[in-house]
Amino acid sequence: MALIYALMVQAMQMVLVLALAPLLTGLVRKTKSRLLRRQGPPLLQPYRDLLRLSRKEVVLADNASWLFRVAPYLIFAATWVAASLVPTFAAGLMFNWAADLIAIIALLGSARFFLALSGMDIGTSFGGIGSSREVMIASLAEPAMLMIVFTVALIAGSTQLSTVSAFLAGADVGMRISLALALVALIMVALAENARIPVDNPTSHLELTMVHEAMVLEYSGRHLAMIEFGGSLKLLLYVSLIASVFVPWGIAGGVATPIEYAFGILTYLLKLTLFGLLLALFETVIAKMRVFRVSQFLGAALMLGLLGTLLLFVSRSL
Amino acid sequence: MTAVAMLMWVVAALLATAVLSVAFSRTAAVSHWVYSTCAVLCASALGLLLVHLLGSGASTSGLTLPLGLPWLGAHFRLDALATFFLIVVNLGGAASSVYALGYGRHESAPHRVLPFYAAFLAGMNLVVLADDAFAFLLCWEFMSLTSWALVMTQHREHENTRAAYIYLVMASFGTLTLLLAFGLLAGPDGHYGFAAMRSAVHTPAVSALVLVLVLLGAGSKAGLVPLHVWLPLAHPAAPSHVSALMSGVMTKVAVYGSVRIIFDLLGEPAWWWGMLVLFLGGISTVLGVIYALMQHDLKRLLAYHTVENIGIIYIGLGLALAFQTNAMSGAATLALTAALFHVFNHSLFKSLLFFGAGAVLTATGQRDMEQLGGLIHRMPYTSFAFLVGCVAISALPPLNGFVSEWLTFQAILQSTDLPQWGLKIMVPAVGGLLALSAALAAACFVKAFGVTFLGRPRSAAAMQAHEVDRYSLATMLGFSLLCLLAGILPGLVIDALAPVTMSLIGARMPVQSSIPWLSIIPITAGRSSYNGLLVFAFIAMSGALAAYVIHRFASRALRRAPAWDCGFPDADPATQYTAGSFAQPIRRVFGELAFRLREQLDLPAPGDIRPARFVATLGDRIWELMYLPVVGAVQFGAEQLNRVQFLTIRRYLNLVFLTLITLLLVLAIWP
Repeated sequence: MALIYALMVQAMQMVLVLALAPLLTGLVRKTKSRLLRRQGPPLLQPYRDLLRLSRKEVVLADNASWLFRVAPYLIFAATWVAASLVPTFAAGLMFNWAADLIAIIALLGSARFFLALSGMDIGTSFGGIGSSREVMIASLAEPAMLMIVFTVALIAGSTQLSTVSAFLAGADVGMRISLALALVALIMVALAENARIPVDNPTSHLELTMVHEAMVLEYSGRHLAMIEFGGSLKLLLYVSLIASVFVPWGIAGGVATPIEYAFGILTYLLKLTLFGLLLALFETVIAKMRVFRVSQFLGAALMLGLLGTLLLFVSRSL
Repeated sequence: MTAVAMLMWVVAALLATAVLSVAFSRTAAVSHWVYSTCAVLCASALGLLLVHLLGSGASTSGLTLPLGLPWLGAHFRLDALATFFLIVVNLGGAASSVYALGYGRHESAPHRVLPFYAAFLAGMNLVVLADDAFAFLLCWEFMSLTSWALVMTQHREHENTRAAYIYLVMASFGTLTLLLAFGLLAGPDGHYGFAAMRSAVHTPAVSALVLVLVLLGAGSKAGLVPLHVWLPLAHPAAPSHVSALMSGVMTKVAVYGSVRIIFDLLGEPAWWWGMLVLFLGGISTVLGVIYALMQHDLKRLLAYHTVENIGIIYIGLGLALAFQTNAMSGAATLALTAALFHVFNHSLFKSLLFFGAGAVLTATGQRDMEQLGGLIHRMPYTSFAFLVGCVAISALPPLNGFVSEWLTFQAILQSTDLPQWGLKIMVPAVGGLLALSAALAAACFVKAFGVTFLGRPRSAAAMQAHEVDRYSLATMLGFSLLCLLAGILPGLVIDALAPVTMSLIGARMPVQSSIPWLSIIPITAGRSSYNGLLVFAFIAMSGALAAYVIHRFASRALRRAPAWDCGFPDADPATQYTAGSFAQPIRRVFGELAFRLREQLDLPAPGDIRPARFVATLGDRIWELMYLPVVGAVQFGAEQLNRVQFLTIRRYLNLVFLTLITLLLVLAIWP
């Protein structure tokens, strides 16, 4: 019985991230439009987009290979698995131990690896430009992310996200310099990883400024739907990650009553809304930077992460 | 008969094969026979070793042959460490022999390859089995010389002779430093047996000197920066199955040499040893991968990547040394296991990738990625196997490369308890370098796979490529499967490494194969755990589910059309991104640091109709700072000595006389 209960909670987590991801994207878009005094698309527009795309026929370039057709599902699957492993409303789920934080980051790396490859598959110059820039950004964002993971893991004494979250929710952590550095770095990395302003513009279709959009330019129909869905899931993942590490309150523990889970979901929704609004606000007030400034931006994130880790090697209490 | 005696028979058979292949070099089918014999011999050695490992838990057995120096003989011994490395050697040997059954048919001069190939396999086995300094050095040099001969296979190409020359110089240098190291270990009484060295006590100064000499000698063979210069030249010059052996296996024999001497023979480590090894490993990983990113020769890219992976292995070894000094045996075991696991993994995927590069070479006659492209359509199986290798080497889950890097990261996270300040600063810095190299490796293999196999063909050769023979395909697909298996069942490999860590550190990791769901838990479940099998299953299931739901309930319609390319498609394949342009952003970010990048843009004034030119020059800082001065000094010395070459007989007699007087004076003054 306990097993079925645990399985159900795990399944709920998987469905929940799937259900909420487009909503978060819609919220960010709507808020951004309102901040610019535009009406903006309805909150549920991303769901309609996904439905519409998945019902359309796929127009496939003549020389597309099997990799191009398989990659969207792989990217979606890897991102979905990674997003389900991050504690959202409850920690210590049935399969949380299958991958720790390092493995979650690496799973996103796998997704990006296939996305970058599919950008090169047709052999167009835009695909190449997107892939080439994406791996350049990733080559700085990923180490920065791992340094953040190190910082957090050293404080909590574990790389298991559930354990980390439970530890940081405890009372005796207090304010720490290393955590503050990690938070700043994590926000910078999250912006870069999700192709948000100032690193990339998710709404841009001006060829020379786009990175992510250039890579998926040749995709259409259900393939594009999968990739867009994967992108939304990734945004949700990073928001959940920041929430579970830096505002871990309200997350239900290992085995909890349905009431606690309901409370967990409620707080999670609140956190999502808050972060979505903040992201929209941030994107509205800042300008996009040139591609080659990105390396300085992410280099700063890497240094902050490294500094956080170093501080912890110097003293466990910093 | 003991296991070691049986292995020696296998080695003898390999040597006999080498001799026979010379005798029958004019026979048409000699290639086929030699490679099949090598494959059978290596496979039987592999089977023997696996039985030995599983059956007796890698017990130790020795053998003394009445060869070599008088009153010493040649000692050979099989212990846990040797068993593990011999498995790596013979797995790689068997696979490349099977691969060569197909690949070797295209060899223009088989008589230049076959004898040395069999002898090279024998040499690598012998190095790992050797149990005294004399046998070790002799076999080490034998291995170096046979591989040198293999590098010289295409000796009419100037580039190859230069590569072989640099290799020969570096290999001799390495053997020299190892000779000195063993001399110091043997002490003034000259006990050349490893058993005697193990029990001897060395002063700290002697141990430190031996460490440095070993890192120079074995490190130059393994390809540690800054001693790596020969590796990216020599490994690609050999035929591809030999490149796979050199990169995938011979570098591991060098790692074996360092592990054997540093962990087994040298005794108690000092705290700064770990720091030195960590430093070398750290710079090797990052420089190796950045250099690899700049290459457009597929095999050279892979060879530079070996430098990166060797760096990862040495980071593991350095961590193990640091923990061992501070009596943290649990963490030391973890770090050593991570390093050895990476040895095994790298031998798998690097051989696989070189096999793939060889297949591309067979199919197109090209190693230059700028001439390739679109091969995924013409060579579906090769490209699939190569893709698996790329994912594995980029340390992405659920394949095997990720597991060993994950274990290394876990070991780094253990190191806050180290008391020494030097290590406290060094370890997180090296962790950052490792993280950076992991991300850059993924970038590098997106480039390698994307430019070679994806896109549109950039030359006629790439357009007319054809899938390679069944032997090559079977080897590549087999190794892909092994990469997957080692990635999703890592607990089995970790358990198999337990006897090695028991014998070197005296501790072992917790038993992994009894953990439910086949997870791996390096320390405690609360700290960290990873389950490759579940991650693989989850990805497969959710991907399949998504595909099923969409195809069943939404749409499955598909229409082929010309590429869109934002409305401006161009039929010329030259409009694609090339290997050079793909790496351009990264070159700009890291260029100044690593290569003294110079970009010159010559833009004509308005009205001027000459073409604009862009030239980017990359320098090699290490070559310029470390090797050119040595070359210059040698040349200067030679010029100066040239003066004494054309003297009269009287002057020569004078010189001889003066030398004699000086030596006598020295003897007289010497206390």
